[in-house]
Amino acid sequence: MSPQFLYTIEVMLNGLMAGVMYSLVALGFVLIFKASGIFNYAQGVMALFAAMTLVGIQNGQVPFAHLVNAVFGTNIHGFGWNLPALFAIILTLGVMILFAILVERLILKHLVNQEPIILFMATIGLAFFMEGFGDLMWGSDIKVLDVGIPSGGSLWLEDKTIGWAAEGSNYYGMYIDKLDIVATLVALLLVITLTLFSQYTKTGRALRAVADDHQAALSVGISLRRIWVIVWAISGFVALVAGIMWGAKSGVQFSLSLIALKALPVLILGGFTSIPGAIIGGLIIGVGEKLFEFTIGPLIGGATENWFAYVLALLFLVFRPQGLFGEKIIERV
Amino acid sequence: MFYRQAGDFKTTYRGDIQTFPLRQDRIAYYLMLAFAFLVVPFVINDYWASAVLIPFLILAIASLGLNILTGYCGLVSLGTGGFMAVGAYACYKLMTAFPDLNMMIVVLLAGFITAAVGLLFGIPSLRIKGFYLAVATLAAQFFLVWLFNKVPWFYNYSASGQINAPERTMLGFEVTGANAEPAVSYLFCLTILTVLALIARNLTRGRIGRSWMAIRDMDIAAEIIGVNPLKTKLSAFAVSSFYIGVAGALFFSVYLGAVEVGEVFGINQSFLILFMIIIGGLGSIFGSFAGAAFMVLMPVLLKNIMVGGLGWPTDIAAHIEFMVVGGLIVIFLIVEPHGLAQLWRVAKEKLLLWPFPH
Amino acid sequence: MKKLKATLLAIAVGGAGVLMSAPATADLVFPSLSYRTGPYAVNGIPYADGYADYMTLVNERDGGVGGVKARILECETGYNTQKGVECYESTKGEGALVYHPLSTGITYQLIPKATADGIPIHSMGYGRTSAANGTVFSHIFNYPANYWNGASHAVNHILSENDGDIKGKKIALVYHNSAYGKEPIRTLEELSAKHGYDLTLIPVDHPGQEQKSQWLQIRRERPDYVVMWGWGVMNQVAIQEAANIRFPMENFIGVWWSGSENDVIPAGAKANGYKALTFHQVGTEYAVFEDLKKYVVDAGKAAGNGDQVGTVLYNRGLYAGFLTVEAVKKAQEIHGTADITSEMMRDGMEALEITSDIMASAGMSAFGPEFNVSCDNHGGPGLGAVQQWDANAGTWKLISEFEPSDMDVISALITEDSDAFAGENNIEARKCG
Repeated sequence: MSPQFLYTIEVMLNGLMAGVMYSLVALGFVLIFKASGIFNYAQGVMALFAAMTLVGIQNGQVPFAHLVNAVFGTNIHGFGWNLPALFAIILTLGVMILFAILVERLILKHLVNQEPIILFMATIGLAFFMEGFGDLMWGSDIKVLDVGIPSGGSLWLEDKTIGWAAEGSNYYGMYIDKLDIVATLVALLLVITLTLFSQYTKTGRALRAVADDHQAALSVGISLRRIWVIVWAISGFVALVAGIMWGAKSGVQFSLSLIALKALPVLILGGFTSIPGAIIGGLIIGVGEKLFEFTIGPLIGGATENWFAYVLALLFLVFRPQGLFGEKIIERV
Repeated sequence: MFYRQAGDFKTTYRGDIQTFPLRQDRIAYYLMLAFAFLVVPFVINDYWASAVLIPFLILAIASLGLNILTGYCGLVSLGTGGFMAVGAYACYKLMTAFPDLNMMIVVLLAGFITAAVGLLFGIPSLRIKGFYLAVATLAAQFFLVWLFNKVPWFYNYSASGQINAPERTMLGFEVTGANAEPAVSYLFCLTILTVLALIARNLTRGRIGRSWMAIRDMDIAAEIIGVNPLKTKLSAFAVSSFYIGVAGALFFSVYLGAVEVGEVFGINQSFLILFMIIIGGLGSIFGSFAGAAFMVLMPVLLKNIMVGGLGWPTDIAAHIEFMVVGGLIVIFLIVEPHGLAQLWRVAKEKLLLWPFPH
Repeated sequence: MKKLKATLLAIAVGGAGVLMSAPATADLVFPSLSYRTGPYAVNGIPYADGYADYMTLVNERDGGVGGVKARILECETGYNTQKGVECYESTKGEGALVYHPLSTGITYQLIPKATADGIPIHSMGYGRTSAANGTVFSHIFNYPANYWNGASHAVNHILSENDGDIKGKKIALVYHNSAYGKEPIRTLEELSAKHGYDLTLIPVDHPGQEQKSQWLQIRRERPDYVVMWGWGVMNQVAIQEAANIRFPMENFIGVWWSGSENDVIPAGAKANGYKALTFHQVGTEYAVFEDLKKYVVDAGKAAGNGDQVGTVLYNRGLYAGFLTVEAVKKAQEIHGTADITSEMMRDGMEALEITSDIMASAGMSAFGPEFNVSCDNHGGPGLGAVQQWDANAGTWKLISEFEPSDMDVISALITEDSDAFAGENNIEARKCG
C-alpha cells in the first residue's frame, strides 16, 4: 500500500476518534434539549466546573480558599489529602446532582412554559455565574488531572502497521492515541447505558414520555420537576466525563469551557433531539474536518477546522433542515 | 397620574401616525436628545467617552441591527461578530484606499458592503429555522474571521496582520486616530445612532416591518396572506447587516483604533450582542438601547464599586462581577422574561394608574 | 483586602459617583493591566504577582524609588481589548508613568493613544515588533527582546547544535493563528533564505484544544525541529501531542510565551527536555528572592495567593518591575527630581542602561542580559537565551548564555514595517542625536 493511502486512513481514523470527543460534549446538550427543550449554553462551563471540582476534591483543595484568605487574612490552601480517583469522581457526581437540584429550584421552576429563547438566555446567565463561581471556588490556575487514563501513541499498532507500506518508503506505522481509544470505549459505554436506562427503567420511560409531550406526561402523573433534576444531573455526569477526557489532554483550565463550540456543529448535524445523532454527527464532523484539513487545508493556508465543521453542517442542513436524525418539523397554520 | 394618554387629541392623520404619538413621550424624547447633543459634549472626558459612552453608542447600533433580524423577523443569528468584522475591514480598506473621503461616507459604504455580505449568508435562512439557523450563522462567523486573518490583502500586507485606523477628519475635525477629541467622536457616533434609530423605528412601524413581524409570528401563515418570505427574510438580513456593518466600522475606527480580528470580532462579540437584545427585549427599539446600556455599564459599574470603591483584589472582583452579571440575567428573566423593555412598559402602566391601582 | 466585611454598606452608597476615578496623589503610579480571569489567567496571574511584588519590595525595603513610594494600580482586563481600553482610560488620569499592557492586542490599541497622551508603553517581549524603531514610535519600548529576535534566537540555537550548517534541514513552525502567532514568519522566511533550511508553516486556530491534524502532519513530515509560537491552552496540548507522537523534545523549541511551568506540567514526565526561549533568568537563586521572602511574602504583603514566587512568568513580572524601577531612577537622575512625570519617565527609559553592577545592586546579578536603550533603538540589542525543562526536578534551566540575534536581517524588517506605519499614519520620523 502506498504511504499516501495509509496516511489518509490514519487521518480518517483519528478524525473518527476526535469526533467521539466532540460527541461526548454534544451528548450533554442533547439530553437536556430532549427532555426540556432548553438549549443549554452552560454545558461547556459545566464540563469545566465538573473537572475543576474533581481535581479540587482529589487534591484536597479548600474551596474558596483565595476568597477566605483575602477576607480573614488567613493562609489556608489545602486539606493535604489525596483521594483515589474513583472516590473523587463519586463525590464530584454528588456535587453535580446538587447542582442539578439547585438549577431546578432556582431557575427552571420559575421559567416553566417560557419560549425557548428565554430559557436559552437563562442558561447563558447560568454560564456567566458558573464561570465566576468556579474560579472563585477553585482558583483560576491550571490543574493537572490524573485519573489514570493512559495516553500517548499506541506502540502495538505502530509495530503492526509499519510493514504495510511498500518497501523502502518512509513510513512509521499508524498512529492512534491511547487516550482516544479510551474515550471511544467510554463513549460507547455511556451511550449503551443511556439507551438501556431510557428503554428499560421506569425513570427512563418517564424521561422519554416527557421528551415526547410535556402535557401528556404531566397528565399521567409524571413529575416534570423531578425529571428535570434527573436530566440535569445526568448531563452533569456527561459533562464530567467530557471534562475528564478533554482535561487529560490540556490540563484543567478555563479554556475547557470552550469545547462547547466544538459540539455545536455536531448538534446541528445530528439533530438536537437524537442521541445516536450526536454520535454519528460527531463522527462525520470529525472525519470531515480532518480530511479537509489534510487534503484542501495546505492549499488555502490551513487552520480550516473551526469553520469547516460549520460549513459541513450547513451543507447537510440545506438538505435536511432538522438535522440528520432530528424529528421531522411539522408545521401547521 | 404622572404619565397620561388621555386628553392628547389628534386632529390630523399626520399627527396620529407620528413617531411618538403621545405628547409626554415626545417631550421626553426631545429633552433626551437635547441633553445628549447639547450638554454631554461639554462635560465629556476621555474616560467617559472611551470606557462608557462610545462603546455604548456603537453597541447600541449593533444591537438595533440584530434586533431587527432576531427580534422583528425571528431569525436568530450568531454571526454578528463576523459581520462587524466585515464592516471594520471594509472601513479600513476604504480609509486607506481613499484617504480624502469623508468619514461619514466611509462608514456608510462599509455598512452597504456588509449588507451585501449579509444577504449572501442570509440565503440558508430560507430553509433552516430556529436554533439550527443560529448555529448555521456561526459558519459565517468562523469563516469570515478566518478569511480576514488569512488573506493579506485585507490587512494591506502588514507584518503583524492587525489593522490600524489612520487619522481621518470630518468637517475639519479629527474623528478617528488618537488625537480625536472625545466630544467629536462622541457626537459622530451619536449622530449616526440617532439617524439609524429613527430609521429603524419607522421601518418597523411601516409595511416592511409588519411583513417581518408576520414572518416572525408564523412564516407559513404569512406566506399564505401574501408576504413573500424570500424578499422579507433577505431584506431583514440586509438591513440588519447594514446596521451591524456600520457598528463594526465605528467600533474599529472610532472606538478601538486597532483591531485583531479573532480577538475583537470573535464569537464572544456575537454572543454579547445577542445577550443585549434578549436582556433589553426582543422586538423593541427601546430594548436595544436598554440592553446595550446594561451590558456595557453593568460590568464597569460593578468593577468600579468593588475595585475602586471597596478596594477588593481585582481577581476576586472580576469573579464576583461574572457571578453578579449572570445572576442578574437570571433574575431579570424570572421577574420579566420579555426584557427591560417590558419592565419599562409595566412601569409606564403603573405610572398611568398611580395612585389608584385600578 | 480585609475591608470586605465593613464595606457592604458602601455598595449601597455606590451609584454613578464611583464611575469616576479617585483623585491622584503624589507617588509613582504604575498601572498593571493584568488578567487573573479568562482563558489566559494561567499566564496572567504569575506575571501580575511578580510585577506587583517587586514594587512592594521596593517600597518596603528601600522606601520607594528615590524616596517616593511606588503605587500599583491593578486593573483586570481578562485579556479583552475592550476592557483594556477601559483600564487605560480609568488609570491614566492618576498620573500613570508607564503601561505594561501584557497583551499584543491591547498594545496595538494603546500605541497611538499613549503616544498622544505622552505616556510610555513598555511591551516586554510582545506587542508591535517594529516599535523598536524609536524614531517612529517615540513612546513605545520593547527592550530587551522582541519576537523577531526570538525567531532568530531559535534558529541560532539550531545552528549551534548543528555546527553552523542547517542546509536542507526541515523546520516546522507551529503557530497560534493570530497576529501574535504570525509575527515570526517573515523573519523565519528571511533566515531560511540565508541558511537554506526548509520552513513548514502549521497554523493552529484559537483556542487550540484539538491539534490532531497538525501533529499528524508533523509526524508524517518528520521535521528536524519544531518551533512553536503558542499561547494559552494551545501550549499544553501541543506539548502533550508532541510527546504522544514521540517527537524528540530537545528538538522542540517554544517562544518565551510557550515556556512556563504551566505549559509543561500537564504533560508530566514526557515533557522532559522541552526547550523554550527566554530573555531573563529562571529559578530563585538570587539575592532578591531572600529580600522578597523577608519583606513581602513573610510580611503577608504578597500579591495574589503568594504561591507563584520563582515560576518563569513570575520572574518575568519581577524583571519587568526591575526594569521599570531602573528607568525611574534614570529619569530622576536626568531631571533632578524625585517626583517624575510620564514624559520624564520616557526620557529615563530611553536612556536606560542595564549593567552588571546595576543588576547586582538590585540583588539580581546576571538575571538578564546587559543592554542599552537609545533614542533610535527602543528594542535594545535583542539578547536572548534558551531554557530547558527538567521534568524530574520540575525546574527550568538556562542552557545558553544571553546571545545576540541576527540583527542584519531583523533591522531591515523593522525599518520596513515601521516606515509603512509612519506612512500610513503621517508620522514624521524624529531626528536622533
